[in-house]
Amino acid sequence: MKITKEISIGDVAARSEELRGENMTLNMGPSHPATHGVLRLSLELDGDKVVKCDPVIGYLHRGDEKIAENMTYNQFVPYTDRLDYLAPLANNVAYAIAVEKLAGLKLPARCEAIRVLTCEMARISSHLLGIGVYAMDTGAWTVFMYTFNEREKLYTLFEELTGARFTTSYTRIGGVTRDIPDGWLPKVSAFCDGVERTIDEVDKLLTRNGIFLERTEGIATISKEMALGYGLTGPNLRASGVPFDLRKDKPYSGYEQYDFDVPVGAKGDCFDRYLVRMEEMRQSVRILRQVIKSMPGGAWYAEDAKKIFLPPKAKVMTKMEELIQNFMLVTEGPQIPAGEVYFEAENPKGALGFYVVSNGGGVPYRLRIRGPSFVSLSILPAIVPGNFLTDVASILGSLDFVMGECDR
Amino acid sequence: MDAAALTSRFPATQDLAGKDMPTFRVAGADLLAAVAWLRDTQGFDLLADLCGLELQARPARFGVVIHLLSTTNKEYVRLHVDAADDRVPSVSSLHPGANWHEREAYDMFGIVFEGHPDPRRILMWDAYPYHPLRKDFPLAGIEVPFPAADVAEVTGQKVEPAPMMGGPFVSHGGKLSEGEPSALDQSWTEEKPKA
Repeated sequence: MKITKEISIGDVAARSEELRGENMTLNMGPSHPATHGVLRLSLELDGDKVVKCDPVIGYLHRGDEKIAENMTYNQFVPYTDRLDYLAPLANNVAYAIAVEKLAGLKLPARCEAIRVLTCEMARISSHLLGIGVYAMDTGAWTVFMYTFNEREKLYTLFEELTGARFTTSYTRIGGVTRDIPDGWLPKVSAFCDGVERTIDEVDKLLTRNGIFLERTEGIATISKEMALGYGLTGPNLRASGVPFDLRKDKPYSGYEQYDFDVPVGAKGDCFDRYLVRMEEMRQSVRILRQVIKSMPGGAWYAEDAKKIFLPPKAKVMTKMEELIQNFMLVTEGPQIPAGEVYFEAENPKGALGFYVVSNGGGVPYRLRIRGPSFVSLSILPAIVPGNFLTDVASILGSLDFVMGECDR
Repeated sequence: MDAAALTSRFPATQDLAGKDMPTFRVAGADLLAAVAWLRDTQGFDLLADLCGLELQARPARFGVVIHLLSTTNKEYVRLHVDAADDRVPSVSSLHPGANWHEREAYDMFGIVFEGHPDPRRILMWDAYPYHPLRKDFPLAGIEVPFPAADVAEVTGQKVEPAPMMGGPFVSHGGKLSEGEPSALDQSWTEEKPKA
């Protein structure tokens, strides 16, 4: 055979500049199913590879911090529902504890136990959603149906406890809105048994799943130094091998009484972040069982905090003193002494912090919300470049953020 | 943490005797060195939060509050920095996580972070003319041009202040309606007033 022309690609490395095409700018979001809300990523692509990632946020900015400066402490509780709207109960608790710390208020054991119970239920609910949609992002549809089934049961329990399924507004400064209803704790116990089976099923569906492994293992590895430098908290920090959990290391609301383990990742890739969340759910179930077993009796709100907590309705209608107290609290708000406080709670997405500056009286001078999702997203420009476009969905899902909390 | 070492190393530092955590007021010129010293020798390896604050009784109008966390010693420290001429040195070279927090403080208060690698707005759009968390900015907002100039040119659209009827601490003088108690101006709802 006669060779007309011998072709060879030559030294590709030497010709890489000559072979490079034009970079393309692609807007992912603000309305894209994998961005889990209104996040926009301005991506610069070289072929299929991301070379630059610039997250554009603020589409859900409502000015919560400005709003907080213009209303009483209790009026702000419903706004905290809408931060991480997948775990409103945990947000309520974090906010209430911050203000109570400023007021120097000590809560009865029953109130603290109820709060721990709601926080852990919120964590399970948030992680169930996080893992369900993460599986969907990486191509496994079924897991979502399993986890949403359990979340539906949780919402029924939330409704019985708080009167609302989604935006619970359950805590008040100095307590909670109402005591646990009769016969509710056994239902939580039954839920614990059910969700453990579901977690096992999800574990079997995903953890050995070849497709899931290929989409997550070794993708977007965050080193320990990097995680600390960017201020990541919660499961994202622990997946990178930092054993720091505020429930263990800065216990609040009586977490020190309960026995649980803090799962820590080895590599810090997407798969580790998934594994940490799976184990955290099991640990949450463990805490739930202990709280149910040791639920203390007694008061469920700070009875001596007459200038902070609203008196029970039955007394307001029949007693003069309580009526006046109720009137003063509603019109002027809980009386919080002057000072400043910073409190972080271990929420499902990470450490949710509130920095409150008070001049005394019922309205904060400044209320700063430190959203863990805001911080988790700030690492994207560092970890996304170098990955393929298809991996972006996998990375976003593994960070488990929520835009309500990011944009505030 | 070693409070005495911090105040002796940086003599301009003032111990504010914080109730919930050690609190110091650091001079702007010392900020970078102090944060680096806290990170490298005292174990404050994680910047938990950085935010702006409108000061009430200080020569400077704004200040910055930094919360550092030590994941090894399990403790927090709070640093107050006054923004002289609304300027504060950026700590994002020491803690890359401060980048977005500083952008937000600029966006909300107009505090300029010197040496910031990417000094853009973050929550509001780039051409937005105000800093909404300043105390003199009204809660309802101010009417501003539409973000997309090309759209505004054709449609004449503007970003309008939020409706405040029924909002917190908003009271209207005048006669109340005969019906159920409600906000006077119902134009923000689509319901017609009851006859």
